[in-house]
This record gives sequence, structure tokens and C-alpha cells, in this order.
Amino acid sequence: MIAFEGVSYGYDGGNLLADINLRLAAGSFHFLTGPSGAGKSTFLKLCYAELLPNSGRVTIMDQIATSMSRDDIAFARRRIGVVHQDCQFLDHLPVDENITLPLTVSGQFAEPRDLRELMDWVGLAPLARAYPPQLSGGERQRAALARAVIMGPDVILADEPTGNLDWDMSLRLLTLLMELNRMGKTVLIATHDMNLIRQAKSQVAARVLRISNKRIQLAGADL
Amino acid sequence: MRAPSFRPSHLIAALRGIFAPDGSEGNIVPPSGHTAWLTTFTAGAMAFLAVFALALALASGRLAERWSDALDRTATVRLSAPQDQIDLQIQAVLNVLQTTPGIASARALTADEQRALLAPWFGPDLPVDTLPLPRLIEVIEDTSGYDGEGLRQRLSAEAPGAVLDDHTRWRKPLAIAAQRLRLLGFLSIALITGATAAMITLAASAALAANAGVIKVLRLVGARDAYIAAAFVRRFTLRALAGALAGTLAGMIAVSILPAANEAGGFLTGLGFQGWGWLTPLILPPLAAAVAYFSTRAAAQATLTELT
Repeated sequence: MIAFEGVSYGYDGGNLLADINLRLAAGSFHFLTGPSGAGKSTFLKLCYAELLPNSGRVTIMDQIATSMSRDDIAFARRRIGVVHQDCQFLDHLPVDENITLPLTVSGQFAEPRDLRELMDWVGLAPLARAYPPQLSGGERQRAALARAVIMGPDVILADEPTGNLDWDMSLRLLTLLMELNRMGKTVLIATHDMNLIRQAKSQVAARVLRISNKRIQLAGADL
Repeated sequence: MRAPSFRPSHLIAALRGIFAPDGSEGNIVPPSGHTAWLTTFTAGAMAFLAVFALALALASGRLAERWSDALDRTATVRLSAPQDQIDLQIQAVLNVLQTTPGIASARALTADEQRALLAPWFGPDLPVDTLPLPRLIEVIEDTSGYDGEGLRQRLSAEAPGAVLDDHTRWRKPLAIAAQRLRLLGFLSIALITGATAAMITLAASAALAANAGVIKVLRLVGARDAYIAAAFVRRFTLRALAGALAGTLAGMIAVSILPAANEAGGFLTGLGFQGWGWLTPLILPPLAAAVAYFSTRAAAQATLTELT
């Protein structure tokens, strides 16, 4: 799905990530952890070509990121669902239209029954016609997850998806992500919430990656 | 991003995209913002001015034709002679004119006609008979025209006081002035079009910059730049079309209530449209929409390239 080969990336001359070698295989479940500012969000942005590597090669859906046109990147993002901690929406559109936005921009339409089912799944059916500013933090995260999966993407990338949520809501979101993984989706969650990682590892075969000294390493049994 | 290209075959798709009901890319751009009324107002104001520029251009064209037609194929022989020889020399001039190939007719103006010509300057009671005024002979050419130099030589031999005035020195400057006025009218339309394009480009660029967050979300969910650009192009094209329609209508009403053309009023009261000419301002709204389409398209492509 997504592969990193000798990838380095940095801002203002200095490297934040260096010599990253990693392959996200289809159907895998990964956590990415590390201290704040270690480069978790940067790594995720490299995964969906919002950032391009300074050196090395990122391959996204069999295409080299630095060689992709803007249209190629757009088409690749339709196969990658992204959930941010501070998920952004189009505030002038109601929740259901925000959730179907990936379909809309690709010239498709959501079947009402499928949309209702999806909104039930994330528990937002009663808020379908509400506007994003009216949603709580947890509701926004679930709406972002619904938007991320509506196209049936191959990969789900979640950047601190539970950062603004209480424990119960975090578990609920984690459960949704694990369900997606069971459906065959590749899931990568960047988080520093160790309790969440332990909770997931008890239910799903997840690999935990840690960013340390600009490099990504497989975390040990200390988790 | 590839260089923009536009083929005629894209026109139908472009029109379909612009006039498609909201529900596709139509509503992804937030509807509010100062650029909305700015674009509509600019297009309206420019269309209003363009109606007057168009009226000026068309009126100038009519004026140029009228002056040319009025002075073309006519000439005047001005005869100055002692009072006791004037009738003799008039007859001599008429004889020369009647035997000159290319002249259809010639006649001496009566005293009343000459008085009427001078009335605007000296009043109606001018004693033409007692003043040493030259007599005027009106000459009408036929379609073949006459040899002016040959005629002058024959007149100087038969009637030494006769001077042929073929109106060239009056006609040319007047026709040139009218043509330049028409050119000025069309130049004004071109400038108005350019100014409209510039202002809509600025408004579109401002709107795109103000909606950087919207663009970011759209890109995140897989929107192509062409899709994002189309949403802004559609919005601005429709705003410009609506504004230009209102401006054109207001301009046409304003032109219609100008004083009607008449002999006394001259050129200024003839500033307006005649007959089918009233349809010509209707080209302004689609022109404004086309200007908005291409301006916004260029601005969107430039801005989306910058917003990485």
C-alpha cells in the first residue's frame, strides 16, 4: 500500500525524520507513537503526499510520490481515508454532506440507505442535518471517521484521533477502527496514548512503531 | 499543473458546469463574503458604462455615415462678381456645369435659400440682395464623378470669379473625427472589459485565498484542482452574469430616456440605439460572464498552484 525507502524529511534544513524504511502491508494494523514533535504528523502527511520527502522514496499505491501529478495525488487520496485530531469540515454544509464529500468530489452519489447505515455505525444519524460547529469533539471525530471511510478506502490514517476525547469515546472510536481493519483495511494510528495501544493489542494483531532519534523503530515488549 | 488550454469542444462542458443546478461542486464554496457583492457590483457598473460606450460607438458610426453621405457627391460653386455681371456669370457657370461629364445637375441657390443658410448667424432679416455676397451654385454629381481639375480650369476661363468647392476639406476631417469617436467608443468597451477582468481576477484571488481552509479539506478528500477551480469559476461567472444583466438593463433604460435625436440638438441628442441596434447591448452580459469565466479560471489555476 504505502512504502518508505530511505526517506528523510525536515524543515528549515534540519531533518525531523531520517532514513525511514517501512512498508504498510495491506490489511495491517499499526500504531505510531513517540513524544510530541517527534514527527508523527509529518510521517502521516508523507503517507498521503501532503508532504514530499527531501530524500528517499515514498511509494503510494504503487506510485512514487515525487513523480505524482496533482491529479494522481487526488486519485490516491480517494483510496486513503485521513482522520485528524483537529478534523476540518466545510462549516457551511451539514454533517451528512460533509461525510459524503469524498463521493461528491469524485462525481459519485451516496445511496441514502448506505449513508444512513454509515451514520448509524458512527452514531451520528440524529445529527445528519446539523452543522459541524454544532458538534462536540467526539462527534467531530466520528464524523471525520465516517468521511474517511465512505469511499471504501484501502488505508485509514488517523492522527491523534482520540486526542480530544474521553476514555469511553476513545474506546468507541478504536472499536470502529478495529472493525475496519477486520474488513481488510490497512490502519495506521498515530497516538501517544499508551492505554489505547494496550487496549487495542489485546484485541487485534497490531504492530507498534516508535519514532525515536528521527528514526522509526519497532517498539518492544515494554508496551 | 499543466498549462491551461481551452478548446471549442470544452465550451458545452463549461456551460453545463456553470448552469448545472447546485448539488455537485456548486455549493462547496461558502456563499458569503465581500467578493460576492463586489463581483456583482463590478460587473453591473461596468456593463452600465459599456452600454454608453456602445451607444457612443454606434452613434458615431451613424454620424460618420451621415456626414459622408450628406457631403459626398455634392459640390458648390461660389461666384463673386460685380452686381451687373452676376447673372451673366451664373449662366456661364451653369452652361459649363451642364456640359461637364459626370455632373447630374446644377442650380443656383435662390436668395431665400441663401438667407436661410445665413439665418443662424445673422438672423432672418438679412438683406441678401443688397449685400455683396457671393452666389452659390449647388452641383450634384452622377455616379461616375467629374474631373475636378478640368472643371476648375474651364470655370476660370468662362467665369473668373467662380470657385469650385468639392467639400473635400470639410468632409474628410468630419468623417475622420466621427470614425475616431467610434474607435474611442470601442476602445472604451475594450478598457471596460479589461478592467472588469482585472477586478474579477482580484476578487476571485481574494476568495480563493480566503477559502484556503476549504481548499485544504477538498484536497484531503481527493478533489482534483480542476474540480475546485470549477466551483469558484461557476460562482464568479454566475455573479458576473447577474450583475451585468442588471447593469445592462439599467444602461439601456438610461439611454432610452435621453432626448431623442433631432435637427436642432445635433449629435449629442442622437446618442442612443436605433432599430436592431437596441439588441447590441444584450451581448454585454454574456461577454461579462465569459470575462469572469476566463479570469476566475486563470486566478484559480494560479492560486491552486501556489497553495501546496
